[in-house]
Formats: sequence, C-alpha cells, structure tokens
Amino acid sequence: MSHAPATIPDVSRQDRLGLPLNARHISKAFGETSVLSNLDVFVPAGQFLAIVGRSGCGKSTLLRLLADLDQPDAGEITLGHGVDRRVQTRVMFQEPRLLPWARVLPNVEVGLGADGRTPKGRERARLALASVGLGSRAQDWPSILSGGQRQRVALARALVSRPRLLALDEPLGALDALTRIEMQKLLEQAWLRLGFTAILVTHDVAEALTLADRIVMIEDGKISLDLCIDTPRPRRRGAVELARLEEQILSYLLREDAHEPDYVI
Amino acid sequence: MTAISIQKEEGASARALRPRRHKPLAGGVSPWLLPVALLLLWQGGGALGWIPPTILPNPADVLAAAWKLTQSGELAQNIEVSALRAATGFLIGGGFGFALGLANGLSRLSADLTDTTLQMVRNIPHLALVPLVILWFGIDEEAKLFLVALGVFFPIYINTLHGVRNVDPQLIEMGRSYGMSRSDLFGRIIFPGALPSIFVGIRYGLGVMWLTLIVAETIAANSGIGYMAMHAREFMRVDVVVFAILVYALFGKLADSTARFLERLCLSWNPAYRSLSQ
Ligand SMILES: Nc1ncnc2c1ncn2[C@@H]1O[C@H](COP(=O)(O)OP(=O)(O)OP(=O)(O)O)[C@@H](O)[C@H]1O
Ligand SMILES: [Mg+2]
Repeated sequence: MSHAPATIPDVSRQDRLGLPLNARHISKAFGETSVLSNLDVFVPAGQFLAIVGRSGCGKSTLLRLLADLDQPDAGEITLGHGVDRRVQTRVMFQEPRLLPWARVLPNVEVGLGADGRTPKGRERARLALASVGLGSRAQDWPSILSGGQRQRVALARALVSRPRLLALDEPLGALDALTRIEMQKLLEQAWLRLGFTAILVTHDVAEALTLADRIVMIEDGKISLDLCIDTPRPRRRGAVELARLEEQILSYLLREDAHEPDYVI
Repeated sequence: MTAISIQKEEGASARALRPRRHKPLAGGVSPWLLPVALLLLWQGGGALGWIPPTILPNPADVLAAAWKLTQSGELAQNIEVSALRAATGFLIGGGFGFALGLANGLSRLSADLTDTTLQMVRNIPHLALVPLVILWFGIDEEAKLFLVALGVFFPIYINTLHGVRNVDPQLIEMGRSYGMSRSDLFGRIIFPGALPSIFVGIRYGLGVMWLTLIVAETIAANSGIGYMAMHAREFMRVDVVVFAILVYALFGKLADSTARFLERLCLSWNPAYRSLSQ
C-alpha cells in the first residue's frame, strides 16, 4: 500500500471528537409528497451509523437534514448540547466536489475555513493530506487525480478540521470495487483514530456491514429496521456471519409486504 | 495474441479521432506559410501588372507608405489616439458589463429590475445609433467612446451573467456547508467558476471594440487610424488605405493574443487550456 503511516497522532479516549446527535419528530415534504414523517433517531457519541433503504426512500433527505444542509418542516435536531451543527459537521458527497481551480493542498485548506490560509492551517492540511496517502500530490491539480484519489482528498478536507460529526452520502458509490475497499479501510481507520460520530448513507448493505456499528433502514418515511452490528473489528470481508446478516437485511428489504414498485415490466 | 491485436486497433482508432500531432516546423513556422505565400503572390501579381496599383498597390509600395508615415510621426500619433479610444471605451463598457453581469447573476432583485430592459436594448445593433450619436456628440471623443463602450458592454455583460449563473451548484453547496463567508464564496468559488465564460466575453468584446472603432473613426473623426484611411482616400492614396487596414488587423490580432495569453495564465487549472499551452 502506498498509504503513508498515519501522521495524525491518536486521540486519547477522553478527547475523542464524537458528539451525540439527536433528531426528534423530523418531518420533511417536497410539495405534496411527504418524504420523512415524524422520524426519531438518536445516535450516541462516536457511533458509526449506516442508513440503508430503497432508492428514493429519503436517505439523502434525512442526511441533509442531519447535516444542516436543509431544514426540516417539523422537528428538532441537536448535536451535543446545542453545538453549532454547521461548524461541527462535515459532509462528504458522492462526488468529491473539489475546487478544480485550486491545487490539492488549498482544497484541503478549504476544510479549515478562514484558518486554512495561516501557516499553521497549511501545516494541518499537509498532515491531513499525508494521512490519506497523498502527501506528495499537494501541488497537483485535482483534474489529474484518479477518482479514488479525489475522494481521498475530499476525505482529508472533511477531516482536517476535526469535525464532531461526519455525514457521508454514498461517498464511495462512484468508485470501482478495489478502490472502494481501500477507501473503506481508510475511512474506518480515520474513524477509529479520531472517534467522530459518523453517519453513512449507502445502498450497499455489505459496505454498511463492514463499517457500521448500527444499521437503520428507512421505509415510508420512518425507520423500519434498527440493527446493532457488534461483530468485532477489523471485520473480514465475506465472513460467514456478515454474509448471513446481509442476507437477512436484504430479504427484509425485499419482503412480500414491502412496497413494490407501481409498475410491472 | 488476439487481445494484443485488438488493443493495437483500438489505439489506432483513438488516435485517428484526434487531430494528428505533427512536430511543429522549426519553431512554429507552419502557421505563417500561407500568409507569406499570399504576400509573394500579391507582390508578384503587382510586378507583372495583373493587379493595377490603383486597386491594390504592391506590398513594397504599402511598406514605403508605412515608412513615410512612421518617419513623419503621423502613424505613431494616430495609433496612440486609436489605442487610447479603444482602451478607454473597452474599460468603460466592459467595466459596466462586468459589474451588472455580476450583480444580476448574484441578486435576484437586481436581475428582476434590469435584465429584461438590457435584453431588449441588446437587440438594437449599436452601430444603428451612429447617426444619433453624431447628432448628440458631433465628432467629439465622446461619440467614439460611447459607441465602443456600448458595443463592448453586451458581450461582457451576457457572458459574465451566464458564467455566474452556471457555476456548479454542488460546489456552492459544498462551500456553504464548509462555512465559507459570502466573500469567500464569491472569491473562491463563484468568480473562478465564472472566469472561463468571462474570458469568452472579453475576447468577443475585443472584436466588437475594433469593429466599432473602425466604423466610428471612418465616419466621425479627425484623428486615428480610421481617419487616416479616410483622409488618404480623398487623395487616392490606396497604399495608405491598405496600410491602415493592415494596422487594424495587427491590432486586432494583438488584442486577441493578449487575451488568450491571460486566459491561459488564469485558467491553467483547466485541462482544456493546459493542453493548449503545452
Ligand atoms: N429538492 C427536492 N425537491 C423535490 N423532491 C425531492 C427533492 N429532493 C428529494 N426529493 C424527493 O424525495 C424523495 C427522497 O429522495 P432522496 O434523495 O432522499 O432519496 P434517496 O433515498 O437518497 O435515494 P437514492 O438511494 O436513489 O439516492 C424522492 O422521491 C425525491 O424525488
Ligand atoms: Mg441519495
């Protein structure tokens, strides 16, 4: 592996970053169509939560609400004891969303806001970049990086400010299978090291099982399944236990009484 | 074996799609071959009597006229006058176009108030205003500046507006969620995102600038390159007229090259411009 050894020192138990996230009675509708209705979810500090569900069930909508990118029609969301969520939350999207006109290092500095352009901020950005294995690419344009490398830069940008909550909306969805496994490892390492609360939206149940402490499924605007995954880490891909869980979740998702699409081919 | 031959074929077809990269002849001579050939043909045709000098004088004669004008200082003076008009008009018109383009791209209110009106005015060819402008300003400097500024205004306005409105909304959302202030959002995302389009406007505006200036100077001026050409026409000095046209062409080219250079400098992040400069 070309990944440089982790340069950000381990955070000791007591000052791990994660804060609890509490969402109560969340509702969201777009025009006439209600997407989420009276949904409750509590995420303990430092938990890695995965959100799964059928396409269009409202996973992204929920994540955007939790990350303060959108406002709910009703309900209340708090992080810790009323911490400013916008400041303490970082979002990773399916696309890397790097600034094409800035080189790699300045892109990571974006994660630090106004501090990014101070010498100290630059040094932190450099460390974050090194911790995702791209220390030598600091002065490259994003356009010459591969898709996986761009997403790693986006991860460095998201983590450089040491967020309390990391929200991820299918961040690995566009990557090939191998790169995706690498990124999953990197993400897990970062999470173990820094201890932030993580919420991952994914359509890949196996991915959710590899990474998450807990999986919730969204159906009809509510949480229809809430599952703790206490398999010890590091989790071996393809382990029998995980495969059985995956089978269970998928069969639940595809069960008879669940909503079928309105059309028949 | 088969796999390899397939690969080769693919490589070949991919190459065929792209324009062939030939080695530039000794320091990029190739673009100049055609102009030089035309010049030789012109000179030869004149010398052999195919082209009567009252229609089109020899390049050598044009060169002689150019030399005379340079020596007398007339050329330098006229160039200075024309260049100053072009630059001032461009800055005024471009400045307003840029400012309004930004304002209307960023603020709904501003766009609601002014965009429809501007789009309506845009449909009037600005050169149609020449008679009116002469009535207003006579042949004073204001006439030329007004026309140039008006001509340059629209391409820069339209392209700035288009650029600002078409900045990737995903990047803007990223900037917001990363806590960028409004000024940071503008300086780090909106302006750089709109810049390619703004450059299109600048290059187009430069073209309009020369065109307008030529028209304005030939119709209503008593100095400048266009005036020099009109004045020479009265004395049947075809050589000077041809030379004046060449000066315009040269200046147009110079302005465009400068803009392209700046474009490559500012947009070096963009792979499209990077490959051009290599
Ligand atoms: N901005 C919006 N305006 C109108 N409708 C929207 C908007 N965003 C989402 N929706 C609707 O809300 C529903 C849920 O969308 P959402 O993007 O949350 O689904 P998802 O679970 O993330 O799906 P996928 O797995 O395909 O990404 C969809 O029916 C979608 O059409
Ligand atoms: Mg989604």
